[in-house]
Amino acid sequence: MRLFDLRLIIAFLFGVYGVVLVVLGFGFTSDDDLKKAEGVNINLWAGIAMVVLSAAFAAWATLRPQFADADKQPLKEL
Amino acid sequence: MSVLAGADLRLDAGPIDYALLVIYFAVVLGIGVMARRSVSSSLDFLLSGRSLPAWVTGLAFISANLGALELMGMTANGAQYGMATVHYYWIGAIPAMVFLGLVMMPFYYGSKVRSVPEFMRRRFGKPAHLVNAISFAVAQILIAGINLFALAVIIDALLGWPLPVSIVVAALVVLAYTTLGGLSAAIYNEVLQFFVIVAALAPITIIGLIKVGGWQGLVQKVTDQEQLSAWPATGLTGIDNPFWSVIGLVFGLGFVLSFGYWTTNFAEVQRAMSAKSMSAAKRTPIIGAYPKALIPAVIVVPGIIAAVIVPEMAKLKSGDTSSGVAYNNVLPLLMRDLLPNGILGVAITGLLASFMAGVAANVSSFNTVFTYDLWQDYIKKDRPDEYYLRVGRLATVGACVLAIGTAFIAAALGGSNIMDYIQALFSFFNAPLFATFIVGMFWKRMTPTAGWVGLLAGTLTAMFIYAISEPSFGIKWLELPGQGASFLGAGLAFVVDVVLSVVVSLVTRPKPDSELVGLVYSLTPKADRSHSTTGEDAGWYRSPALLGGGVLALTTVLYIIFG
Repeated sequence: MRLFDLRLIIAFLFGVYGVVLVVLGFGFTSDDDLKKAEGVNINLWAGIAMVVLSAAFAAWATLRPQFADADKQPLKEL
Repeated sequence: MSVLAGADLRLDAGPIDYALLVIYFAVVLGIGVMARRSVSSSLDFLLSGRSLPAWVTGLAFISANLGALELMGMTANGAQYGMATVHYYWIGAIPAMVFLGLVMMPFYYGSKVRSVPEFMRRRFGKPAHLVNAISFAVAQILIAGINLFALAVIIDALLGWPLPVSIVVAALVVLAYTTLGGLSAAIYNEVLQFFVIVAALAPITIIGLIKVGGWQGLVQKVTDQEQLSAWPATGLTGIDNPFWSVIGLVFGLGFVLSFGYWTTNFAEVQRAMSAKSMSAAKRTPIIGAYPKALIPAVIVVPGIIAAVIVPEMAKLKSGDTSSGVAYNNVLPLLMRDLLPNGILGVAITGLLASFMAGVAANVSSFNTVFTYDLWQDYIKKDRPDEYYLRVGRLATVGACVLAIGTAFIAAALGGSNIMDYIQALFSFFNAPLFATFIVGMFWKRMTPTAGWVGLLAGTLTAMFIYAISEPSFGIKWLELPGQGASFLGAGLAFVVDVVLSVVVSLVTRPKPDSELVGLVYSLTPKADRSHSTTGEDAGWYRSPALLGGGVLALTTVLYIIFG
């Protein structure tokens, strides 16, 4: 059973969420929003964190592909 | 009054919040559709073809438990009892998870059983198996209904959809992806949900902490200073004597209840059984233990914060119930007060995702037990595998329909009391089950008769304690508010089960050794219990024992700092 790579799905979802929140944080944050969150631009910061998470999962999936590992393994042992 | 409370909780969700919610559900359904392509046998559908890596099954292991009851209940406990709530995460989970990984997984995974009841059948034969399979299947449907109901209540409160509509819509979404992709889709979504939950809870906690003036500010502002220490948790246990309160916690919660829940509940163990190797299966609960140890930071802490900064919550805490909010409303209230649009959408998504994953875990473990343990063992044997794949799919549909039914029952009976009731019900079955398993795994002399007698007697004992301590029954021989009664009931059930198992075994005939290979410690060759340490299982950082020791050390340190 060869299932698709979940890491890419996680990277996709948080990539989209992150970009949306960063744009909101930069362009559409009202004073009311800031006041609610104790002066923290929470959309911006959460967005940045999500973009980083997304990048980390994308990098992991690229550097250690899901199925290539098993194929390479015998070589490593030699 | 309740209408007013509903209006207070209504969140100011905007188009952007709905958009984020819609994106999430599109991804969830997409996972179902994509997972369908790799399902070609019943084992693929019901057990992910035993192919998943340990980090996936480990996070799913935690997520399957991070449902409605957990999230609402533990933030509520944080607000009501303070730091003592961490016991549910630390002593009440970590040792049991490590034990499951290191001691029990070799038998579960090594014997290649497809479910916990199937292990029961191989070890003790049919009577014990049937009791276990049926009680598990029924409990899962009931709990799925409660989870659906809780989900509908929160959709109603947050977004204003009518209860019946949200029950049916939520059930349909779960049905869609679990029928298509089976356990793989459920597990993949559980992992995704884990990250969304953290993304929802972390901003709430961070802004909350800033608002109270950091950790120091929180410590100063908590009115009842005793709530800042985890021990002796007299409020939580309902036992006034600090010494007995600690004993109750350690043996009741830390040993019997927690080991019973984590090591025999198939909805959890199934995640580990779907791992791709013995090493990955052993690591599953242990990898899950790390986030479990750390997650109180974003669940219990917001509860404590809410009791300080949310005006209605502070009032409730001082005994004034006029605002109409309950402790269960901690998260929606914090979201309302702290989160602007955008991140608010992520938080709503996280809550809904968590509730749905709970339902999906119930449904995906129900269909496996139904298909393999009830249908294949007792109704239609020896059919080709495609037949059982079809049964599995139909069982999923049936489970969702039944869960809608039990959700309406829960709605009719009215909310929070049933949740306590179901939790008590669950402890009736788990504590004796653990006793039977642990004796049966380590004592080859234990007989099939002892298997079902012990189980039955243990369950009856727990029910008896519940009956004489539950105030609404009016017997009241025992007065233990809080969780004390279920700690005591579970402890006694365990003892009765062990004693009876031993006594009955001595006078009845055991199974021959040859039938117990792989199921009992002394009859299982060491090679069958060990995992490979080559290929994808190589490396010191993949050693289950080392990882297990690490998380026990982490938990000890956390207790020293925050206990």
